[in-house]
Amino acid sequence: MSDTTITPGIAIVPIPVRELLPWVIFGVLALLAIYFVGADEGATSIVPGMYVHEWVHDARHLLGFPCH
Amino acid sequence: MARTLLIRGMLVGLLAGLLVFTFAKTFGEPQVDRAITFETAMDEAKVKAEMAKGMPAPPDEPELVSRPVQASYGLATGVFVYSAAFGGLFALVFAFIYGRVGHLRPRAVSALLAAGGFVAVYLVPILKYPANPPSIGQPDTIVFRTEIFTIMIVISVAAMVGAAVLRQRLVPSRGAWSATLIAAACYAVVIIAAWLLLPPLDETPEGFPAAVLWKFRIASLGMQFIMWTTLGLVFGELADRILTSGYGLPRANRPRTVLH
Ligand SMILES: [Zn+2]
Repeated sequence: MSDTTITPGIAIVPIPVRELLPWVIFGVLALLAIYFVGADEGATSIVPGMYVHEWVHDARHLLGFPCH
Repeated sequence: MARTLLIRGMLVGLLAGLLVFTFAKTFGEPQVDRAITFETAMDEAKVKAEMAKGMPAPPDEPELVSRPVQASYGLATGVFVYSAAFGGLFALVFAFIYGRVGHLRPRAVSALLAAGGFVAVYLVPILKYPANPPSIGQPDTIVFRTEIFTIMIVISVAAMVGAAVLRQRLVPSRGAWSATLIAAACYAVVIIAAWLLLPPLDETPEGFPAAVLWKFRIASLGMQFIMWTTLGLVFGELADRILTSGYGLPRANRPRTVLH
């Protein structure tokens, strides 16, 4: 680990991994949300129909996801 | 602490979403409209040609969501959900790497993470598979296109993580400057290999206006740049205050930090 002291005066303390673990579930939820914006009712489908796809359609294109 | 950071991250994501939406509405939507006009003209010409050959006119497809709704509430929903989700992910990754990537203060970690995220999650993948407006892309290749795009993102993010770990390992022996260059070169090699090995994709129909395609892609790039910059700088500022001011401690117990 480099210990070039770039910021004297501030204690840089990592957050313990065991404190972070319970929050990983929110990371999974975030990925699921991104999936709904980016790919549901396109390549794969969790929600039946085309409503989600049509609703977020413009965002899907502009955010760079493959659409139609 | 993790909880505080996560909530801040999502809030900054919403702020980023507001900026991204405003930008997308101004610079992106006009291109989407032009692309749809082109698509409609192309579809109508196809139907005409088929009817001339004696084929029946296809039934009108019901419009589930109207264009004005797609271009306003629909766009806003997509952008806000996407930005808030990335804000949350950003905060979680930040919480993990802070203090583990050298002696950097929070706002520097945040800025570096945003730069790395922008490059790995968006820039590198779209240089291979650029954002496309409506009318580009065959409906029957959507599964294939989504797969290779996802693979490109996974490779890019994994290579970026690998490069960051490699840099950390090399710093003691090579020094920060050389370690950074070596790690960047390794990332570049992996990415160029992926660009060469993954299948090419070119489904732009003949006659599609090049200016619309260019402006659409620049608008897409701008949206991502705004989102990552907002996350990096605004979240960094908040994280700096939270982590360096004894946030959560009684005021009297807060350490006096020398900021400069
Ligand atoms: Zn589409």
